[in-house]
Amino acid sequence: MTGRLSLALPGLMLAVAAPLHAAAPVRLITDISQNRIDIVYTFKGAELLVFGAIQYPRGAVPDERPGLAIVVRGPAEPITLRKKARVAGIWINTDSVRFETAPGFYAVATSAPIKTLVDERNASIWEIGVDYLQLSPTTGDAGEIGTFTHGLVDLRRRSGLWSEQEGRIGITQNILYQARIAIPSAVPVGAYTAEIYLIRHGRVIARAATPITIDKSGFERWVYVAAQDHGLVYGVAAVALALLAGWLAGLIVRRT
Amino acid sequence: MTLYLPIAELSVNWLIIVGLGGLVGFLSGMFGVGGGFLTTPLLIFYGIPPAVAVASSATQITGASVSGALAYWRRGGVDLKMGGVLVAGGFIGAGIGSVVFRWLQQLGQIDVTINLVYVVLLGTVGGLMLREAVGALRRTARGARPARLHQHNPVIAALPWKMRFYRSGLYISPLAPLLLGAVVGMLTVIMGVGGGFILVPAMIYLLGMSANSVVGTSLFQIVFVTAATTILHSVEAQTVDIVLAGLLLVGGVIGAQLGVRAAQKVSPVRLRLGLALLVLGVAVRLAIGLTLTPDELFTVFGPA
Repeated sequence: MTGRLSLALPGLMLAVAAPLHAAAPVRLITDISQNRIDIVYTFKGAELLVFGAIQYPRGAVPDERPGLAIVVRGPAEPITLRKKARVAGIWINTDSVRFETAPGFYAVATSAPIKTLVDERNASIWEIGVDYLQLSPTTGDAGEIGTFTHGLVDLRRRSGLWSEQEGRIGITQNILYQARIAIPSAVPVGAYTAEIYLIRHGRVIARAATPITIDKSGFERWVYVAAQDHGLVYGVAAVALALLAGWLAGLIVRRT
Repeated sequence: MTLYLPIAELSVNWLIIVGLGGLVGFLSGMFGVGGGFLTTPLLIFYGIPPAVAVASSATQITGASVSGALAYWRRGGVDLKMGGVLVAGGFIGAGIGSVVFRWLQQLGQIDVTINLVYVVLLGTVGGLMLREAVGALRRTARGARPARLHQHNPVIAALPWKMRFYRSGLYISPLAPLLLGAVVGMLTVIMGVGGGFILVPAMIYLLGMSANSVVGTSLFQIVFVTAATTILHSVEAQTVDIVLAGLLLVGGVIGAQLGVRAAQKVSPVRLRLGLALLVLGVAVRLAIGLTLTPDELFTVFGPA
């Protein structure tokens, strides 16, 4: 649209068109089905619906289908990945690589295959696609890091904590978009974000982000906080509960 | 049917956990062992993080052992003096064990160590029990008298500061039960077992205690040491999952009663043979698991 417009205009107008374009860029309007996911005793995973609209300058909707990527990510944490090897016939953990910023959860949904949607540079900058995550490995040589990164990606993909859903964004009339992101039950708690990227010719031209909180709630939270903050009291309570249960069982048996 | 465990941080099918507790409870009621050596590996196999499985299993054993300990107490089957020495040893062992546990965790070798120690211990104890049970079966088949259980171990008899343990019918140094208690305490912290499967044979064959106070005294030690272990894990690593332990207890309490009833229909020698085969079976299964190429070559340590 902008391209066609600039071509039609004389050279003088080009200088004016550039700031105009900057003043009225394409905007992404986004919302999410839940800004907070409460982990309660019945929690068995959740499904987030990320949806919104693309606001084109002057309402000029292009004919071509827009390129979109929706990324939901959890807090990045340092982890150590260990690899098992056979020593004297037994499989034990031997080599390890430390990753400083491995997200506990990462899911990306795109409107087209990642390879054709976005160029490598933009994919790396915005971390679009599991292969472009900045994991910051700090130990090990290049070959080792390659093997371990592959291992980590494989492990997290199969546990559902990292996922790619290529071509799974629904787009209506080139304006409205929506995608469903599955959150598994083993998800870590913390501050999450949902990021939406509008991509044209391999480059990110607009983006928007919304925070999401995933936290334990109610009884689960109470137990968790008690265990974390009052370890001794929690331990004594656990023992008391166990003793009570055992004693009651004994009592019932003696009666019958 | 799913229930989210607040400390293990995943959702489980609670029926499976209660069933697992019930199965272990049944076996423990039948054979008179705590069953921790089954609970911990089964929980890990189900996907519970090893540290949480070990800690919560210890909590469950406290509850599972207390009614038995009380029952023996009423019948005068607990040697308090001997139990006190074992518990003191157990506390020392638990303290050492928790240091070893953290160290192994930092090295990333905790799961391998847990499995290896299980294989060695269960293999040895199972093998010894099997030999004893087969021998006893043969003797009863020949119509001979059962062999005397009391034996005097020359090393233990040589230890200093001997004292009398009247209920146990012993005049030995408290160092031997103290050391035994410490070894079992270490195992409780590291592997989430009560340690009855080591304590009972060691009290009979090594210390030479009279049989009528062995099981009661062993249960007495287990209640106190597993309770201390639960508190230790809660304070140091926050790995005790009260919901998980509760589910296991519910199943265990019911299972144990069924087990006790089932045991009354089988002869004691056959029971011992069955237990020996079960213990050996678990050892063999774990040994195979250590040598087979694992499904997952990589393991994540640190925050999930």
